[in-house]
Amino acid sequence: MTFALFLLALAVCLALCWRFLGAYMVAVFENRLSFLGFIERPIYRLLGTNKEVEQSWKRYASSMVVFSGVSALFLYLVLALQGHLPLNPQHFSDLTPALDLNTTVSFLTNTNWQNYGGETTMSYFSQMFGLEFHQFLSAAVGLVLAIAVIRGFANRGKPTIGNFWVDMTRSCLYVLFPIAFLLGIVFVAQGGVDTLHGPVTIHNGLTGLTQTIALGPVGFMEAIKQLGTNGGGFFNINSAHPFENPTGLTNFMSIVALLSIPFSLTYVFGKMVGRLRQGVAVLIAMVILYGSLIGLNAWAEAQPNPAVVHGGVATQYVGNMEGKEVRFGILPSSLFAVSSTVTSTGSADYAYDSGNSWGNFALLSGMMLGEVEPGGVGSGMYTILLMAIIAVFIGGLMIGRTPEYLGKKIQAREVKLAGIGVLVMPITVLILTGIAVSVHAGRAGPLNGGPHGFSEILYAFTSQGNNNGSAFGGLTGNTPFYNIMGSVAMLLGRFGVAIPALALAGSLAGKQVVPAGLGTFRTDNTMFIGLLIGVIVIIGGLTFFPALALGPIVEALSHGKFW
Amino acid sequence: MQALLRSIVLTAVLFVICGVGYPIAGWALSQAAFHSQANGSITKNGSTLIGQQWGIATYDASTTSCTVSINPMWFNGRPDADDPLGVQYSAKNGTCPVVSGESTQADLGPHSKVLVADVAALVAAWKAVGVTNPTPDLVTTSGSQLDPDLTAQDALVEVPMVAKARGVAPSVLRTLISKATVGPQLGFLGSPYVNVLALNEALAALSS
Repeated sequence: MTFALFLLALAVCLALCWRFLGAYMVAVFENRLSFLGFIERPIYRLLGTNKEVEQSWKRYASSMVVFSGVSALFLYLVLALQGHLPLNPQHFSDLTPALDLNTTVSFLTNTNWQNYGGETTMSYFSQMFGLEFHQFLSAAVGLVLAIAVIRGFANRGKPTIGNFWVDMTRSCLYVLFPIAFLLGIVFVAQGGVDTLHGPVTIHNGLTGLTQTIALGPVGFMEAIKQLGTNGGGFFNINSAHPFENPTGLTNFMSIVALLSIPFSLTYVFGKMVGRLRQGVAVLIAMVILYGSLIGLNAWAEAQPNPAVVHGGVATQYVGNMEGKEVRFGILPSSLFAVSSTVTSTGSADYAYDSGNSWGNFALLSGMMLGEVEPGGVGSGMYTILLMAIIAVFIGGLMIGRTPEYLGKKIQAREVKLAGIGVLVMPITVLILTGIAVSVHAGRAGPLNGGPHGFSEILYAFTSQGNNNGSAFGGLTGNTPFYNIMGSVAMLLGRFGVAIPALALAGSLAGKQVVPAGLGTFRTDNTMFIGLLIGVIVIIGGLTFFPALALGPIVEALSHGKFW
Repeated sequence: MQALLRSIVLTAVLFVICGVGYPIAGWALSQAAFHSQANGSITKNGSTLIGQQWGIATYDASTTSCTVSINPMWFNGRPDADDPLGVQYSAKNGTCPVVSGESTQADLGPHSKVLVADVAALVAAWKAVGVTNPTPDLVTTSGSQLDPDLTAQDALVEVPMVAKARGVAPSVLRTLISKATVGPQLGFLGSPYVNVLALNEALAALSS
């Protein structure tokens, strides 16, 4: 009953975000709002650009790539030199080159995969001015990519798709900064720490024992971590830590925050292309996939943990509490986990490694479907638009007519680009997983034996290839092998999808709209929603089912067997 | 070239606004408006948000090691894989146990032999101190190893143990537990729980 209320409250909050945050973002990116003009204008003067100058897709993409390179170099240097920088009360040393590379790429690509333990590796300087800064930048880049791609669909015969510099500035100033700041206040008020003081040692007068408690500037980092679908927490164990996620309310707010922008972008899409129904169709497809995964994970985690039962706990107790926190409870934990994996956030309020097999099947599937339900900030939107192109192409083949989407003819070039964008991720993930299980350096990683060990490796590359960042924590990832292979997966998972999507947008932007006729395949009805879901599930299923069968499925089916 | 210059400028500008301005403004506001929460919700005997070790740590000078066992005088919280019950671990400085502030997870899968053995050892340890039917929370590690809470049911199964050790009537302890049970927030956000530190402070107040 309480969980039904939880779901209802979540649905209401997200509906409000969809309508109002969506409308706000439309106004921001159509340059209709300018109440922060006094900050913007000097920035544009420094940049030597202005709102009226628009870029072709090639210009937009190269601006994005060069900007990513520059900001990544900055982060790499901060981490490489943290031992010599201030705000380092625990005197942590510089990061090793391989770990630095992995961490830099991870925060650049909105992945936030962490091969380090936050409170035992990173200085406050690195956390605040390096990682937290990139949580803004990578979310902003994702957001502007989605907006640029949407403009490609919306424009009629105008080949430009916006100004990268202006879009970046506006997404940080108008969207991410103010919302994150408000959310940060909630986190700190609930008990999320935010201090520059080093760890404290307390003495318990009742037991006579002492305890060291790690502190840090956490609360406000938490807000942008969730809002930007970043997921990289201050502490090693992320949102399960009581200082990152102190109460049921912060747990709920985290879920709302990480789903808000990705779902709202369907409103932005519908409004910007001039037909809200088109955005609603995409939204419904996302919600159906998301809901199915929640159902599966919640059902699985409500079952007892087989190892705990085998260890001698009475079977009258239900639910898998290994690796979960009492204050959240099982069902809200499950909702958090699914929301976080399907938005490519990767923050975790329980230990996924200890989840039940079908629950982990749901988490892995959430990523393997391409992070489109609803996917990360921006990346979910542009990826599902690639899927939509494939869906109308297949629809077009079935009725024997040149496919159209939003009145634009989808021709060989568009289908090729969508195909590349959709296939980069599965190819990367499967090849890298294959290499990892074939070499000694890869097989040295997993903590658990049997199929669960394979799941740990598969999860690592699926997560990095989808820019998710959540992990089965048992895998020892801070080795040169995993650091470098992971970096490759994250770079391909980001730029290998984003650049084809921009190219597609550029090619659609210049096309004129063909008026809809009797034979036009509609893309705002149940038929299309079904086809879109079908395409997503079939692509994900065909590519990943064999791998899943070797991991969570065989584990789930091996009753009474322990490794 | 122009893109490179613009990238440098934009990185610098956004660094000032989002990279420095945001965390520093957030930190300053937190320290001014939420001083206790922002510094870890520290009270007399520890942080109300961070779980503690309630077991007995015995230091053995000959082996310079510590062994932790359940202390029947207190309601014990969820187990900690870093300081496991009944396992000797090295404590060279002679003070034990200093519970580390590092957060970790056990990361054992649902078909792990090691997890089966850990659970079996914990079930035996609880049974040895009079907890005949330990709940899953009492034999599984949490997501942070710092879980400060138990469910009311978890605390109730520990009642016979504490009642016997302290010579207090079980009904008194059950009243303490029901008074200490809080949440879920707003009636639906999460689960009802008992904060172990608050419960044990109430227990200490009872005997003094």
